[in-house]
Amino acid sequence: MTIEIDNLRISFVGREVVKGVSFNVAKGASFGIVGESGSGKSTVLRAMAGLNNDWSGRIAFSGEDAPLFRPPAFFRKVQMVFQDPYGSLHPRQTIDRILSELPLVHGMDNIDDRIAKVLSAVALPQTARFRYPHQLSGGQRQRVAIARALIAEPEVLLLDEPTSALDVSVQAEILNLLADLRAERNLTYVMVSHNLSVITHLCTEVGVMIDGHMVEQVTAEDLRLGNVNHAHTRELRSLSVELEEPA
Amino acid sequence: MLVDIQNLKIGFKSRTGFHQAVKGVSLKLGTEKLGIVGESGSGKSLTARALMKLLPTQTVIEADKLEFDGIDIRSASEKQMRTIRGKRAGFILQDPKYSLNPVKTVGSQVAEAWRTHKGGSKRAALEAAINLLEMVKIRDPKKVAASYPHEVSGGMGQRVMIAMMLAPDPELLIADEPTSALDATVQAEILRLIEELVSERGMGLLLISHDLPLVSHFCDRVAVMYAGHVMEELKASDLLSAQHPYTRGLLNCMPSLMHPKERLPVLTRDPEWLK
Amino acid sequence: MNATFRNWALDENPSSRRQAAWGNWYRIWLNLRGNALGMIGLTIIAIFIGIAIFAPLLATHDPAMQDLGNRLAAPSALHWFGTDELGRDIYSRLLYGGRVTLGMVIAVVVLVAPIGLAIGCIAGYFGGIVDTILMRITDIFLAFPRLVLALAFVAALKPGVESAILAIALTAWPPYARMARAETLTVRGSDFIAAYRLTGGSSWRIIFRHIMPLCVPTLIVRVTLDMSSIIITAASLGFLGMGAQPPSPEWGAMIATAKRFIFEQWWVAAIPGIAIFCVSLAFNFLGDALRDVLDPKGN
Ligand SMILES: Nc1ncnc2c1ncn2[C@@H]1O[C@H](COP(=O)(O)OP(=O)(O)OP(=O)(O)O)[C@@H](O)[C@H]1O
Ligand SMILES: Nc1ncnc2c1ncn2[C@@H]1O[C@H](COP(=O)(O)OP(=O)(O)OP(=O)(O)O)[C@@H](O)[C@H]1O
Ligand SMILES: [Mg+2]
Ligand SMILES: [Mg+2]
Repeated sequence: MTIEIDNLRISFVGREVVKGVSFNVAKGASFGIVGESGSGKSTVLRAMAGLNNDWSGRIAFSGEDAPLFRPPAFFRKVQMVFQDPYGSLHPRQTIDRILSELPLVHGMDNIDDRIAKVLSAVALPQTARFRYPHQLSGGQRQRVAIARALIAEPEVLLLDEPTSALDVSVQAEILNLLADLRAERNLTYVMVSHNLSVITHLCTEVGVMIDGHMVEQVTAEDLRLGNVNHAHTRELRSLSVELEEPA
Repeated sequence: MLVDIQNLKIGFKSRTGFHQAVKGVSLKLGTEKLGIVGESGSGKSLTARALMKLLPTQTVIEADKLEFDGIDIRSASEKQMRTIRGKRAGFILQDPKYSLNPVKTVGSQVAEAWRTHKGGSKRAALEAAINLLEMVKIRDPKKVAASYPHEVSGGMGQRVMIAMMLAPDPELLIADEPTSALDATVQAEILRLIEELVSERGMGLLLISHDLPLVSHFCDRVAVMYAGHVMEELKASDLLSAQHPYTRGLLNCMPSLMHPKERLPVLTRDPEWLK
Repeated sequence: MNATFRNWALDENPSSRRQAAWGNWYRIWLNLRGNALGMIGLTIIAIFIGIAIFAPLLATHDPAMQDLGNRLAAPSALHWFGTDELGRDIYSRLLYGGRVTLGMVIAVVVLVAPIGLAIGCIAGYFGGIVDTILMRITDIFLAFPRLVLALAFVAALKPGVESAILAIALTAWPPYARMARAETLTVRGSDFIAAYRLTGGSSWRIIFRHIMPLCVPTLIVRVTLDMSSIIITAASLGFLGMGAQPPSPEWGAMIATAKRFIFEQWWVAAIPGIAIFCVSLAFNFLGDALRDVLDPKGN
């Protein structure tokens, strides 16, 4: 599914926080968004997912403009994983219940099988199925969040900092998982992260946001080589490079 | 010694038995920056919480020594702890948005933290709060002060927590993943701010993080934790060249901007490590 | 059989949804059983309900039978709790009164809790104009003195137990609505609710299936704390001739009519008073325990 975002503007009670963002993502590609904290990255993703109704500009999937209020069928195609694995699972529902909600809404058949399949797709043991979120570790919760998105069998996954709350070993597992899923299912990703190494590991193209503007779009390769134009991109890059060198 | 922990053990009783989560941790901290790294569930947060007596009541805590500035935490009363917590020792909790009250504005919560320790009028406290928010590099601090927690971004929430903890000029700052949702530039500035506090005011810092490069660059010493044990303790600048297979394993897991990897290696845990 | 059920239900890795659900309920039951105050509460309530149901078997006298020659008799072997101002046996009246009083309380709660919960959650979730309208209505009901509103309502209908129930229900829901709204406000911005919006389910589905259950624990505690005041309101209505009609042995009415002799023949008022006290306390204990054991984090 191709994604086209054109001059997207988003306001909260009169304050514009996204001020004309445009980018395109080809089918099966991954687009990364980095940028200042509070620059509107999550807000862009939420608007794309249909969680925000106060935007203007163009959001199109497969060339079709997304309507302001998305019909239920839309959510079979586009799903989102949230920033915080601690806050994105209902605290009083079992994993089974959390995962079965979307199939129930859409009247899908074989819900049991689907849940079993999606759990194994994210490498969670079947025993996790009847647990509550607080009985799982942060990494396992994030897997559940990914499983919940996958059960819709979407074509596009919007990932908001999918690993920033996780430790490096779990981060590696999740990043590998996302890479495998993309290869298996030909998914299209838009991923937000503040970590350049994580972004460039998964995405071939990166957009840099400051204060509601997307100030630069570069390929991961150019970012690596330092072929960047904007001062903020350069600063982000040099800070990351500096950290990677031994102290 | 600001903090002196010796042989700290933390366990949980449950219907199915007893679960030992922290198994004999010893740490010392003066006016310096100590980092704790380690994989998820290794007991980093528990150790920090035990020091502030912030664990559920059914938790079983044993230690040969558990002291903050000479005060024995194990026998300290709740009243004594209240004068320590927040005032003498700030604690930036791991999930910032969960720790904020969802139905109060961010500014009023920072102001409240300021007022409980410094007194003064509500108006003055709110002004101080806005200054603090500015100090943690929040753009447009007035607007943010008037926002509710769900209206601020992930990174802003984290910085609000930091501002709250810096309000009373603590002697010790415990920071549990304080910058995990911040971009590199803001992170650098926050760390510079903390650095200043440590050197100017003689504050001690306990930084818990899973970002090994960050800890390596920022801290003086670092303890590496695994399954409730401290695996090794070393000079922070040596962390990226550590020899222990566990530490090496963690380092290898990380993606890298400059040296891209096709596939990330995952950690294989060795029972030998616990011998 | 018991042991097999136990093992099956407590299996850490249930193999079916049914087994997981049973396990869940069984764990809740085990936790409740481990909660001493909760069990005391549950036992007392069970006893009172049992007494109310089996009143005809347990009663020693006809609760309405007057014996004016034997007014205000002290407790004795014949009249265990003494007699009231018309010479009726207080013990038997207490048993039959349990039916009326407990019935009223339960009916009020069954009516009020879901209504308050629904209104509060809807107002909190939708916000904006819906919130403003619903909450202003709530405020209007809150602003009226409870008893006056109930009186006016009963007066408009015909006095009796049913009208009293409706009247009390009418005045009792606003605090629940406020509470549920406050609770909803704390969760409606959260990511897990956003995740449910991404399923494409309707707002109603989200409110009723995902938000309401989160408000139930606070509601239970609040309701159990309100039990005694519901009984008192019922009694006040009865006393003003608007609630249970004589000779119905409603507990509150029994106290109300006994107040003239409270210093000389204390037991006439004290016995139903003790009953109300026990039931309220038991509900409070049970409510507190339920809040704890219904939280999956406690299991
Ligand atoms: N519901 C809301 N109401 C009002 N303002 C909001 C709301 N959600 C976000 N904002 C504002 O929009 C701006 C962008 O927020 P957003 O969450 O998109 O940032 P972000 O780029 O994801 O930052 P971070 O990296 O810190 O998560 C912030 O200034 C925030 O205060
Ligand atoms: N209240 C509790 N009851 C039972 N077990 C607990 C409780 N709190 C923590 N634990 C267990 O103690 C262990 C250590 O937890 P802790 O929170 O200290 O991990 P951590 O090192 O901070 O990990 P992370 O990086 O994910 O935050 C975990 O295995 C956890 O499951
Ligand atoms: Mg964000
Ligand atoms: Mg932790």
